[in-house]
Amino acid sequence: MAEGRGAGSSLSGAVVWLALLGLALGLALLQVRFPVLHAYPADWQLPLGDWLNVLMQWLVDHTKPFFRFLSWVMGFPLQWVSDLLAWLPWSVSAVAAVLIAYQAGKRPLAIFTGVSLLYVLAMGLWPDTMNSLALVAVSVPLAIALGFGLGVAGFFRPRVERFLTPMMDVTQTVPAFAYLLPILMLFGFGPVVGLIAGVIFAFPPMVKNTIVGLREVPSEIIESGLMSGATPWQLFFRVRCAAGLRQILLGVNQTTMAALSMIIIASIIGGSEDIGWKVLSTLRKAEFGESLVAGIVIALMAMVLDRITYGLATREQDMDHDKGFLARHRFGVTLLAAMIAAYGLSLVVPALQVWPEGWTVDPSGPLNRGIEAFVIAAKPVLDATKNFVIFAFVLPLKIGFYKVVSPFTWGFTPTLWHAAFYVVLVVGGAFYARTRGRGGLAIATLSFGLILFFGLTNMTWPGLAALLIYFGYRSGGMRLALWSAAAMGFILISGSYDKAVLSVQLCGLAVVASFIIGSGLGVLAAESDRFSRILRPINDTLQTMPPFVLLIPIIMIFKIGEFSALLAIISYAVVAPIRYTEYGIRNVPKEVIEASTSLGCTRSQLLWRVKIPLAMPNIMLGLNQAIMFGISMLVISALVGTDDLGQIIYIGLSKGNFGIGFLAGIAMAVIALLSDQFCRAWQKRSEARLEGAYP
Amino acid sequence: MSGDVKLSCRNLWKVYGPDPGQYFKSSEPVSDAAQLAARMRSEKHIPAAINVGFDVHVGETFVIMGLSGSGKSTVVRCLSRLIDADHGQVLLDGEDLLAKSNRELIDIRRHKMGMVFQNFGLLPHLNVIENIAFPLRLQGLSPADQRERAARVIDLVGLGGRENAYPRQLSGGQQQRVGIARSLAVEPELWLLDEPFSALDPLIRRQMQDEFLRIQRVLKKSIVFITHDFLEALRIADRMAIMRDGRVVQIGTPEELILHPADDYVAQFTGEVPRIKILRAGQCAEALANRPEGLPQVDPEARVEGLMPLLAANPKGVDVVEGGTYVGTLTAASLVAALAASEGAQAREVAHG
Repeated sequence: MAEGRGAGSSLSGAVVWLALLGLALGLALLQVRFPVLHAYPADWQLPLGDWLNVLMQWLVDHTKPFFRFLSWVMGFPLQWVSDLLAWLPWSVSAVAAVLIAYQAGKRPLAIFTGVSLLYVLAMGLWPDTMNSLALVAVSVPLAIALGFGLGVAGFFRPRVERFLTPMMDVTQTVPAFAYLLPILMLFGFGPVVGLIAGVIFAFPPMVKNTIVGLREVPSEIIESGLMSGATPWQLFFRVRCAAGLRQILLGVNQTTMAALSMIIIASIIGGSEDIGWKVLSTLRKAEFGESLVAGIVIALMAMVLDRITYGLATREQDMDHDKGFLARHRFGVTLLAAMIAAYGLSLVVPALQVWPEGWTVDPSGPLNRGIEAFVIAAKPVLDATKNFVIFAFVLPLKIGFYKVVSPFTWGFTPTLWHAAFYVVLVVGGAFYARTRGRGGLAIATLSFGLILFFGLTNMTWPGLAALLIYFGYRSGGMRLALWSAAAMGFILISGSYDKAVLSVQLCGLAVVASFIIGSGLGVLAAESDRFSRILRPINDTLQTMPPFVLLIPIIMIFKIGEFSALLAIISYAVVAPIRYTEYGIRNVPKEVIEASTSLGCTRSQLLWRVKIPLAMPNIMLGLNQAIMFGISMLVISALVGTDDLGQIIYIGLSKGNFGIGFLAGIAMAVIALLSDQFCRAWQKRSEARLEGAYP
Repeated sequence: MSGDVKLSCRNLWKVYGPDPGQYFKSSEPVSDAAQLAARMRSEKHIPAAINVGFDVHVGETFVIMGLSGSGKSTVVRCLSRLIDADHGQVLLDGEDLLAKSNRELIDIRRHKMGMVFQNFGLLPHLNVIENIAFPLRLQGLSPADQRERAARVIDLVGLGGRENAYPRQLSGGQQQRVGIARSLAVEPELWLLDEPFSALDPLIRRQMQDEFLRIQRVLKKSIVFITHDFLEALRIADRMAIMRDGRVVQIGTPEELILHPADDYVAQFTGEVPRIKILRAGQCAEALANRPEGLPQVDPEARVEGLMPLLAANPKGVDVVEGGTYVGTLTAASLVAALAASEGAQAREVAHG
């Protein structure tokens, strides 16, 4: 990080770095003598969790009637919708869904929707699916109304927007799980919790898209509306909203997906016979086949909802206003007629009313046996992979080489000579990097060498704090140094330090892996159209799927444990770096590429010397997104047995201890916000380096 | 050029900055505009329109020409009150627009004004016919009326057959035809065009100018036309104003500007124009003491460029006659003399600058 400054500052920077690394090394060596260095003493912590509990209790005591009333009121529409969906013959709902899909995405989407519905029916999961759909159907309109209202307010009053933006950033970085408990305490037990959680989690994208949509209407369109003699109301609804509609509808799409994702997570509370609960309860009983079958339903549901809302948002208008009522409302009329026809038919043919038992299949038995057979057959390979990753990466980062290396793990007993060789390797590597003029790389090599030797958990908190704060200073100046200090201080004082280190270790490793894999794949996708075409549907699927579904196949094969969590986070976080890298490289200005080619760049020179450096700001954005996705998945992967903050949130939720759960949630949000600040600082730097490169 | 004044813009000021109101507190007219503008600039205010004044007569095409940043777009927006001016008057049929309430203003825009925008300003979610009928729909006209009136202007701009296309499916020229049709759908008396052809390719621009002239011959609207293209202004203007840094530098017919540019700035534009394109027969004729008999007769207003074949066929020249009275005789020699004098004057002016 030292390049790009004057030579003098770079040199003194390196000295400070070396001094701090030496300090960290010294502290790490001294911690055996002074345990206070290893574990932040409990006396120096504040009982923030207890305070939160008291606060929450006070809030619950004083507002309970209000929230319970709200919960009671919202229970009605939910009940109505789920009663309606349960009462409707499956054929009627299916016909409606397929027709809507046709309207949104023509034949391919209609077929996809039809097949998905048949799958749900054949697996006998129709009632569970309809219960989830009822939650979506009620929470999405509420979230849209709330989001649109706030968006309009934010558009007209910049002060409202300034207030909303940080609020929404926080609500989106606090892990979804952490919301559930306060909602549970305020609104009481029941499916309404999922509904409220869905609304709270899903309205921010609607606000953002509404503000952007309204603001980005070209001024000439507004002026032309004014000159057409529009009153203020006409101007807002018929001109501004109408012209910004596409963006606003994209908000609807994102809101729907967020609501679905949250509703699935919220089923962890239980009490709702929905599809998320089905997945979770079978997963807990280690019934992987059943769980996978139900998990696929969630994935299909997500994809269908995504494609339909996206399709409706970006649809080309082809209405013909010259025709009469029937022509103008052709779709509505067709839909209603088809539903009535299906209903009439279902009165005659009972099989169209309720899907017959005999038509359902249960593939979970053979599926279970198949998975078992596969796991047994592939055990040597799977175990080898798992052990390699654990012993070579996960454990060294956690507890350090000096504890990991043993005959059992690495095949030899470490001696002083091994340690000496390691030191020579690290210092030599750093020295080589320095002679090549890569001062930043040299410092990074030394830092990682040190951290991997002792492990993050043995780095001593003062040592890590010093390194973090100085790193903040070098990356983003005094501001970021203060940010780092504040974040570190909060985590220490709140007593979250031990768990936070484990979170950083697990998530950091997963993010680095997904960044390396993802940007690599992104480069390939940018260079090869064919590869890009293959990758795109996989990306779409991974990103649309509620994260929790990703866990199922991973646990099936690798069982519960840190390795599974790692894989789950990687598979969720890898999409963003792929996308941003591909986008960044493909959007390098054509003239620059033509100019470089005419100068005689080879293809690899073009890639490494021109495209990647110019795409750096976007690649950095991909890293930022990978961190955010990684952190949100970290909490969910607590379900597969991790030992970090996510687990604490989960424990807080299951024990009903709001304080510790929410505190862990805040600690997680603090880590996320700090990472975001770092990423922004790096991104700004890479942009500053490119400033003026584009015309 | 004669006839009633349709629109009169008087002492119009638009100033950007923290507190423009402070400069116009006293009700007296501003005495020295240049001095006041200089004071504004020194006090962190930006005067975008400085004491702008002109009249537009009924049926006249008045062009405001200026480069970017000259304030021409600000002025046209003040005329339509898309921007509120800080000082001055805009009289439409003798009534001050700047004093109108919002309600009245909406009514005026619905019935008396039409405006065309540089980047068309079409509504992306409406098709051609719906875009054109949009102002009518806002007025609450019945769908049948909307369709009928929209159909009328659609033929006028030559878009028949594309009624159901959406803006993104149209070329730039076609989109601007929609913009023109929409602005004419309310049958406005005052037609404002803000650089309507600047976003188009040169060939299409030329074509659209012809279309515009054709439409104007039919409709005879009172027009304020904004452009940064001097030649475009020459082609279509009855009278024109040249703006620079927020001020009107000169107002006049194209000939007046070319023959008597007010300053070097105007001369820079007019210098590019070949004199043969603007000189008229009356300006080049010479009154002869003993005129030859039986020469063809021409009007003094006729442009000499168009008289060349006639002159070639009549070596002795042609008579310039206004209403039966002899003005002079136009000969090859008198034409060359007039051209030489005019170009010489121009060269002197440029050298002087």
